[in-house]
Amino acid sequence: MSAPSDKHAVALEVNGREYRIAVEPRRTLADALREDCGLTGTHLGCEHGVCGACTVLVDGAPVRACLMLAVQAHGRPIRTVEGLAGMDGALHPLQAAFHEAHGLQCGFCTPGFLMLAVGVLEREPDIGDAALREILSSNLCRCTGYQNIVAAVRAGAARMRRSTGHG
Amino acid sequence: MADRRYIGVSHKRLEDRALLTGAGRFAADLSAPAQLHMRVVRSPVAFGRLRGIDAAAARRLPGVVVVWAFADVAHIPPIQIRLTKIGGLEPYQQTVLARDYVRYVGDPVAVVFAEDPYVAEDAAELVVPDIEELAPCICATDPPGEFMPATLPGVSTEVAVVRKSYGDLAAAFAAAHRVVELEVAVGRHTGVPLETRGALAEFDPASGVLTMRGAAKVPHYNRGQVARMLDMPDEMVHLIEGHVGGGFGVRGELYPEDVLVCHAALRLKRPVKWVEDRQEHLMATNHSRDQCYRLRAAIDARGFVLGLEAEIFSDQGGYVRTHGVTVPDLAAAMLPGPYVVPAYRANVHVRLTNKTPAGTYRAPGRYESTFARERLLDAIAHALGRDPIEVRRTNLVPRERMPFDRGIDTLGTRVVYDSGDYALLLDKLLAHLDYERLKAALAARRAAGERVGLGLGYFVEKSGLGPADKAVVSIDAAGTVEVVTGAASIGQGIETAMAQICAEVLQVPLERIRVVHGRTDRIDYGMGAFASRVTVMTGCAVQAAAEALREKLRAAPSGTPAAAEGWFRADHMTYPYGIHAAVVRLDPGTCAVHVERFVVAYDIGRAVNPMLVEGQIVGGAVQGIGGALFEELVYDENGQPLATTFADYLMPTLAEVPPIEALVTEDAPATQNPLGVKGAGEAGINGAGAAIAAAVDDALGRPGAVTRLPITPVRLHRLLAAGG
Repeated sequence: MSAPSDKHAVALEVNGREYRIAVEPRRTLADALREDCGLTGTHLGCEHGVCGACTVLVDGAPVRACLMLAVQAHGRPIRTVEGLAGMDGALHPLQAAFHEAHGLQCGFCTPGFLMLAVGVLEREPDIGDAALREILSSNLCRCTGYQNIVAAVRAGAARMRRSTGHG
Repeated sequence: MADRRYIGVSHKRLEDRALLTGAGRFAADLSAPAQLHMRVVRSPVAFGRLRGIDAAAARRLPGVVVVWAFADVAHIPPIQIRLTKIGGLEPYQQTVLARDYVRYVGDPVAVVFAEDPYVAEDAAELVVPDIEELAPCICATDPPGEFMPATLPGVSTEVAVVRKSYGDLAAAFAAAHRVVELEVAVGRHTGVPLETRGALAEFDPASGVLTMRGAAKVPHYNRGQVARMLDMPDEMVHLIEGHVGGGFGVRGELYPEDVLVCHAALRLKRPVKWVEDRQEHLMATNHSRDQCYRLRAAIDARGFVLGLEAEIFSDQGGYVRTHGVTVPDLAAAMLPGPYVVPAYRANVHVRLTNKTPAGTYRAPGRYESTFARERLLDAIAHALGRDPIEVRRTNLVPRERMPFDRGIDTLGTRVVYDSGDYALLLDKLLAHLDYERLKAALAARRAAGERVGLGLGYFVEKSGLGPADKAVVSIDAAGTVEVVTGAASIGQGIETAMAQICAEVLQVPLERIRVVHGRTDRIDYGMGAFASRVTVMTGCAVQAAAEALREKLRAAPSGTPAAAEGWFRADHMTYPYGIHAAVVRLDPGTCAVHVERFVVAYDIGRAVNPMLVEGQIVGGAVQGIGGALFEELVYDENGQPLATTFADYLMPTLAEVPPIEALVTEDAPATQNPLGVKGAGEAGINGAGAAIAAAVDDALGRPGAVTRLPITPVRLHRLLAAGG
């Protein structure tokens, strides 16, 4: 039996780039992204899966990175907030919509909301209001009162539909 | 060409790009080569004599560098009171590690430093404090006991009684048509920013400078305190603010952990990083509210309050922290609110219990006192069979009496309402609500069997606490403007607001302006961000500095670099005011309170950026709804905290909040500052508990039913059961 502190070789594919890291089995995906890959845009607000600030996409689906182990993410495509804007610095339609709708104040929860919304809208670009609100209620924000986040996601969804030719 | 307007325009924020792209630098995002990780060992019991610490097993764990207990930091003085310091509080200050007693679950008793954060946490679990458990006090209305019976005999847990009074109260009661009494309480809840606390301290032996990153709120004050406690000259200590994931009063005060990381960086000669986890946060970072009000009002036949007497109990938890008696002081000073109340006396019993120490949380002492006062106004209306709105009109301070000297002080300043038209705002709110029609619609729904109701809460806010602020504005040869302030950013958009004020004077596009805040290495004076002070105080200093720079530039050739300094001083605060209105529906099946509609009417004086003002109001309102319905830091009879996760401490999600309507007016500009601005930060939360309680009463058809917040399902169940 291996000791808990023995490290395992893991290859994380994050935003299209491969990171070869060595982690303890108990290391969370969030800590691996932040500390081993240097991608600190994924934030930790509770580390028990409630607040959603650490939401990233794994295989295209929103995941709480604090509740997943790095070893479980081996070889699976991961997307984080750092991968949303284009190489030229152009904001993703949702990022731009958050800016325009004042959908953030302190910005700590923002990466989690962005990844949650991107994950949902890429799969369900025409999601209805009630279903969208239900999904957005899975993350916590302490500053905005959510109103502008909802407005931003709706506006961002429309832009995403336009940019992918769906609508 | 006419000057372009920047003030009053809803400019998009300058802050957003970094935060949207994951480039923010929050405390936990910072690291330094060869850093150590700190983990605090906390008391598992609420009250007890600390006999010793067994750290032998922790020290043996590979990767652990050192474990300290009180003896290792005994030379560090306790953490001083920053605000509202009155005599006699010194014995109650908290040391950075517990000495003879533990006084709450979460009290730091030892601290571990290790090469890896996981190892630090493993090691902390191996540290065993030897504590002789004592019976805790968890209720501030219980008789006071002894703070530390064996080592400080006779030192009472009633640390002070804050007294404020004016007018002839005896005459008021002698002349009363009736006396209305009530007892109400606001539960313990707090700010809970989504980012937990964190810090990275580094000592540079080459320069001799100690730097702590992760600062917030009051970096300049805290720099002085860290320097004093560690016996260093001020200029050799720097505190630097990065991005801050919410403040709300609790973040950025000086806590034991801040001092410990700084001390460790000096002693261990390595960078030291500390990041609080959420469970620690909920039992170590300041709590707030937790006040009980016993009110007696002498009223005339119309419901005019002739005199008000208040006995208030304020639960400050285990120690007196940096806020001293700020919350009790504000509670007593602001309890009369927007009403004339010619005679008044308040005694606030400031008491310690064996719970987490308490400080300020957004609208400290006002969320609570507004709840109590507005409950009282509703009770008066009910006692006389009058409409609650009419009773309020009878009591509002009329516009002709502005400025209105309340006759008492708070935070070392005289309470003088500088401007306001309270009746006008009420008219505007009622028109916005279409009040009579709304009331009729709700009555019809009640007649059809629904449990729906409407409630209001009127309040006066305070903002712009002095004494002074400084700003330096400079322009370089390329035309880039830098605004250096001593303010702090807790996410409220101060870079944008300060840039707008500067741009209005200099007529420079916002994109050419860079705003610096929260850095003791860039400016020697700063008061930070609290008490809704930044737009008023820092904003006016920025205006003054920009005006001075404009004068300098007038005579200089284009492209000449220049800099100018500006100050703003204020002896008085400025007093915005507002009304909250809530429509609720009770679900008798689940005992949930659904807020259907929430309106905040607020006079801001003058808005620098209406979008940011509305953002503050909406966010605050949702926090206020949280405190009214969901959030409570519950303790069991042994003093064990029962809300130490987000599964137990319930903050509103999108599912619980209605659309919030902000009705912002600019009818009463501030008379005490050249911009005419008043603060916005606490507008959204102040009256939320009051309005929701009144709405629940209305829905129950039982005036005065709600006497305690939050109105959790258990409490609503009792109310529904009692009503039959």
